[in-house]
Order: sequence, then structure tokens, then C-alpha cells
Amino acid sequence: MKLLDNLKYTKTHEWVKVENGICVEGITDFAQSELSDIAFVELPEVGRKVKAGDVIGTIEAVKAVSDLIAAVSGEIIEVNKTLSDSPSNINEDPYGKGWIVKIKPENTDELKNLMDSKEYEKHCEESHH
Amino acid sequence: MLKRTPFYDFHVKNNGKIVPFAGYEMPVQFKGVIEEIKKVRTTVGVFDVSHMGEIIVRGKRRKEFVDFITTNSVLSLEENQVQYSNMLYQNGGIVDDLLVYNLKNEMMLVVNASNTDKDFEWIMKNRWEDVEIENISDRIAQLAVQGPVAEKVIQKLTDYPLEKMGFYYSAETKVCGIDMVISRTGYTGEDGFELYFYKENAEKMWNEIFKAGKEFGIEPIGLAARDTLRLEMRYMLYGNDIDQNTTPLEAGIGWCVKLEKGNFIGRDALIKQKEEGLTRKLVSFEMIDKGIPRHNYKIFVDGKEVGFVTSGNYSPSIDKYIGLGYVNLPFTKLGQEIDIDIRGMKKAVIVKPPFYKNGTHK
Repeated sequence: MKLLDNLKYTKTHEWVKVENGICVEGITDFAQSELSDIAFVELPEVGRKVKAGDVIGTIEAVKAVSDLIAAVSGEIIEVNKTLSDSPSNINEDPYGKGWIVKIKPENTDELKNLMDSKEYEKHCEESHH
Repeated sequence: MLKRTPFYDFHVKNNGKIVPFAGYEMPVQFKGVIEEIKKVRTTVGVFDVSHMGEIIVRGKRRKEFVDFITTNSVLSLEENQVQYSNMLYQNGGIVDDLLVYNLKNEMMLVVNASNTDKDFEWIMKNRWEDVEIENISDRIAQLAVQGPVAEKVIQKLTDYPLEKMGFYYSAETKVCGIDMVISRTGYTGEDGFELYFYKENAEKMWNEIFKAGKEFGIEPIGLAARDTLRLEMRYMLYGNDIDQNTTPLEAGIGWCVKLEKGNFIGRDALIKQKEEGLTRKLVSFEMIDKGIPRHNYKIFVDGKEVGFVTSGNYSPSIDKYIGLGYVNLPFTKLGQEIDIDIRGMKKAVIVKPPFYKNGTHK
């Protein structure tokens, strides 16, 4: 399982990276590997205001469906449109070209509620067994 | 307690993701579902289907008995011919779908893993005094070798001239020196073979098949790929598309029902259903909007609920989202647009099956 130290993680297996005050969000390597073969991604509308914990999209793999949960509250300012034609980008590069949404956060303090890579690794081990 | 097939250790060694299925620990996938589907469509893959049930029927009147408990015409079968059929309840509901093997000295019924015990009990309940029934499922290993080059792989392992074996025919012969039943059958739409042999020979067979297939890049294939491969061909999955509450006429597999053959269990109910007319049919549809239709999602026309999805998935072979579902009769014509509630209405259109039309099956 690949983890990056500069990311924050949710219990529901999303990752967040802060770039110039904007939160980029995707799903983790663990999540893509559990889902495998992602065949369709339902993306939220740009401009939508969301609360941390809201369902903002759906990830459909060949054998399973998973919700995409907003990791922070704020406004969706961009979605990764390449995923409509190439949903497998998430399988191939979950932390890179498989990013899903960009959220302009209301309050960056919320990031403190998220896990770092060590805590997330432990969380995965527990949820795996 | 879940059972394991004799190939379990190979699945673990090949990094198979193991899940419980029909009472067995089975590999749902190996390298990836889409990659595995492509492997079977382009070259060759191997499925462990040892969980399937094998029920043997012996006795002089075995053919007449199997003819009585199944829908297709057994009396017309040639020696070693294989037949797709249904076993029905009196009310026309489906007990199971199965393959009937007319072997030299006995008949072999190959049934769904999850139904084996139920089927055996049903057959015993309807048994004639002069036929003998035996459930040999726990002693038999089964592999399906499927794909355009399957014959080249298996021919290396046997003297039996496979090019002479027609689609839905079998032979009782030796492969790798091991006695087995081998048939030109499968659940993928590609050319291929299914091999039935005693469990003790499992390790040798697996190794020999993979050695023979190495030059073609042979790979093990999991249950998830098997499910999509069969859906692309509109092959039925018991428990999804057919069950005790559906009849073969509604499911569009009336071709395996021979009402004129004489009496069989469920015949009266089907004749009545035919006379009264069907009220719904299992349709094949492709999504116009994007989204994966899944089992039990509701189907609408003009905002009115008219049916439900029984199977659906992404088809990598045609790069479309596809599905099957029961739809009320006025809305089952080809070209009919339907809406499927996939977290909101998504458009789909009824199409002519199979979804994948380039299969290499003979």
C-alpha cells in the first residue's frame, strides 16, 4: 500500500493535499485497490457548497460501489473531468492523475481532524481484519 | 465452515483475492477484472469451477427420468452430447439451470454450486424407483479453459482429436493420462473446454495446463471476470436473472423448453402461461447515460415503475454499461427507452443480445 507523508487522510479512505490554500481530494491507494477496476465516477457540480462528511460523488467499480465523502467543508471549485473518460486513472495513479475534486475550504482547522499517514496506515490494518 | 476447492493453494500463490461464494472460498479476482476479461477474449484463461455440483443419474431409464425432470429434450441427445436445460417446480418456477451430459453409461447433471444440495433433494423427491442418483460434487474438480487458443493448449495434453469435438459435445477420455470428462462448453462466449476429473489429480492438471498454456500467456481468472463475460453473452445467472419466481419463458430461454416432447415437471404451468400470455420479459439494455445498473435497481418508463434490474455491469469488451432486467410487457420492444434509478434517473435502451457479438465459441 502506497502512502504519502504530505497528505491527510479520512476514515473513509479519502486523501487531501493542500495546494495554495485549496484542498485537492481523491481516494487512497488502499481504497482503489480494495475497489479495483473503477468503471465510472459520478462527480459533484462545481460551485456546490459542501460540509465535511457529505456524500459528494460515487465511485463505481466493477464489483462494488463506494461513496466519495467531502473531507473538508467548503465550495467545490474544480472536478477532474478526465475521469469521465478514464476512470481507471484512479487505479493507476490515485494520488496524481486520479485526483477527484478541489475544494476551497471554509476553515482549514478542519484538517486537524484528519489522520496523518501513520495513523491512516494503522486504520487500514484495523479495517482490513 | 467454508469449503475450499483443491486449487485453493494455487489461488493464494497467484495473489487471488479470496471471497466467500456459494459456501466456498473462491478467488474473485487475480490481476484485475478488466485485464482478466481481455485475457479470455483474446487468448486463454483458466477458471476453477470446482464448486459446481455434479449429480449422476444411472439406470436403464435414466434418459427418460432426466427428460421428465428437465425442460429440454433429453431423448434426442446423442451419446456424449451436452445440453443446456432448466429444472422446474410444478408452478413453472426454476429450481436451477444446468448442463445435461449424456455420457456413455450414465448421465451427469452439472448444477450451480449454491443449489447443489437443493437440487439433489428435489431430484431425490421425484426419483423413479429404477434410477439411481448420486451426488459426486465433493469428489470432482472442474476447470474451465476458455479463450480463442484453448484448443491449442488442451490438444498438447491429449491424443483425443479436439478439432472433431463439436460445440456442446463431450468425450470420456484421458488428458495428461488422467481419466476425465471433457466438453466443448463454457460460460464466456469464447471457444473452450470444461474438464471434470477426480480431485486427487487436481495439482497435476493445474500444473500441466499452465505449462501447456505458457506460450500463450495463460492466466487464472476470477469469479468477477466470469460474471461479466457471461453477462456480455446474456447467459443466465441463477439467483440474479432467474430463480424460483421466474419461468424460462419470461427469461427468454424458451429455446431450452420443449413443450411438445411430452410430460415433464412444470410443463402444465408453462402451457398455461403461454396461453394467458407473458406479463413481463427479461430484456437486455445498454445505458445511454453513464452509470452501472445493479441488481434490484428499479426501471421506469415515463415516470412509471415497470420493472427491475437483475444483472448489470461495465462491459470492457464493448466499452458500455450493460444490464438485464424484467420489464412489463408493453415496454419490452427493441429500441424502447427506459430509465433506471441509479441515484437518479439514467437513460438506457433495450437492445438485441448478445452484447458482445465477436465470441469465438463454435
